Amino acid sequence: MTVWVALAYLLAAVLFIVGLIELSSPKTARRGNQIAAVGMVIALLATIPLLHFTSAGIVITIIGILIGVPIGAIGARQVKMTAIPQMVALFNGVGGGAAAVVAVSELLLQGSHPPFAVAFPSVFSIVIGSVSFAGSLVAFAKLQALLTGTPITYPGQQIVNGVLALAIVGLAVYLIAIASTPVIFVPLLVLGLVLGVAFVLPIGGADMPVVISLLNAFTGLAVAASGFVLGNFALIVAGTLVGASGTLLTKLMSDAMGRSLGNVLFGAFGSVTAGPAGAVSAEGKSVRSGTPEDIATLLAYSRKVIIVPGYGLAVAQGQHAVRELADELEKRGVEVEYAIHPVAGRMPGHMNVLLAEANVPYEQLKEMDEINDEFKSADVALVVGANDVVNPAAHNSPGSPIYGMPILNADQAKNIVFMKRSMRPGFAGIDNELLYDPKTVMLFGDAKDSLMKLVAAVKAA
Amino acid sequence: MSGNLLNEFTIFVLAIFIGFEVISKVPTILHTPLMSGTNAIHGIILVGAILIAATARDPLQIVLGLVAVILATINVVGGFVVTDRMLEMFKGRQPAKPAKPAETTPPEKTAG
Repeated sequence: MTVWVALAYLLAAVLFIVGLIELSSPKTARRGNQIAAVGMVIALLATIPLLHFTSAGIVITIIGILIGVPIGAIGARQVKMTAIPQMVALFNGVGGGAAAVVAVSELLLQGSHPPFAVAFPSVFSIVIGSVSFAGSLVAFAKLQALLTGTPITYPGQQIVNGVLALAIVGLAVYLIAIASTPVIFVPLLVLGLVLGVAFVLPIGGADMPVVISLLNAFTGLAVAASGFVLGNFALIVAGTLVGASGTLLTKLMSDAMGRSLGNVLFGAFGSVTAGPAGAVSAEGKSVRSGTPEDIATLLAYSRKVIIVPGYGLAVAQGQHAVRELADELEKRGVEVEYAIHPVAGRMPGHMNVLLAEANVPYEQLKEMDEINDEFKSADVALVVGANDVVNPAAHNSPGSPIYGMPILNADQAKNIVFMKRSMRPGFAGIDNELLYDPKTVMLFGDAKDSLMKLVAAVKAA
Repeated sequence: MSGNLLNEFTIFVLAIFIGFEVISKVPTILHTPLMSGTNAIHGIILVGAILIAATARDPLQIVLGLVAVILATINVVGGFVVTDRMLEMFKGRQPAKPAKPAETTPPEKTAG
């Protein structure tokens, strides 16, 4: 590696670090992403002097890029804001797949008896990369509703996963220490893919963001390992940065849900017994449902309304309608605020992005800690397409799967209006006793439709 | 090569600490964009993919190289573009752009 290449890689690494720092603050975040992109271009250009193209090599490099650029760009441009989480999962998965393929290719070049310094990181990259690839695809399928969002479990699952992991470790040791042929990477790759699927299947759809973040960190580590295989500093630095920051981010995300990472990843195994104890039986309870006109009157003559937006609002594309309703209420002098649960939507911060798209003023978006004490003084808590994040079971039923999760205290408001499509439970799959509260009025229907009706009714009120 | 390996390992360990340090204080609203941004950065695997693709000779190497370059390119391009799209949404709020809120007569700023 020439001095100039090394210096260019150093510059790229510095730009990645500066980019990450800027990404951590709302004011500079966009510039941070662009700085990191500049670093990426520099790292790619700096690699050119290292390349000794074969005639086939230059052709596949160019074809590969020409195929990849439009797929990535169009995919990222066209995706709806509500589907962003699964898109990130997909982009992460292909990165993990690429890391595994790079390691396989380099391992094959080494022929028999690969040296430890190549064999060890290769095996690591192949296993982690393929786990990340397969796991991300399952996460994508769950979020895209190609697979059910509820945990998929079967008896003995933990044993099967444990045996899988052990088999991988055994094969890896065999390849590194004993095998003279690198062809053993094939079973390793297959086992890695199977483990990736088996690892994500038992995790519920609501926890996918945490899983994607973890797999993102995995891919970073696989990339760093590939960097060791190739002896390339750019890969080592960038991959490790992502591996470390991604791990910490995963922890921050599960903290925001009030859960430990272990509980997120392996919680489904315990929930089978915890479910019945915590679930509130719906039998013998009645819900009160209201007309848009009733609810519009209630809202129009309130002093203070707190809107609790959830994923149902996002899928109905109701962000603009909810802002219109808030504008109408404000015209009448009603104080309107939005209570944003840390995991509202599908990912932390997802709801802020969606509401920002509808030009909701930033000052009206209140984070949970900021607004939780204000529910007491609110006349109406208007829950639009949210459920689990206002479920009091998190406070008062120790057996519930969501027990201990921080929630918005919508139950403390004088009136609660729930806008839901049906009585179906939320993403966590548990019943919500707040729906049966005498203070609660239901407005059934698509969130956007209902909001439009409310807007019209408030105008008339 | 062993001196090189030691250098690489040193860089690896130091990068772990930097990775932890840079994002220790992130507001919740930036968790998703930050995840997506780091996702784009590990697209650096494109450098590795090009390195192996460039020297491809036999059919297996050609297939592996092509697959690696395609996957890595999708990761890099998609990662940065989708992150930028997310963060684009944030720009409207900071600059005083209250064209719509200004029409609503009561300026609720002082409500407390």
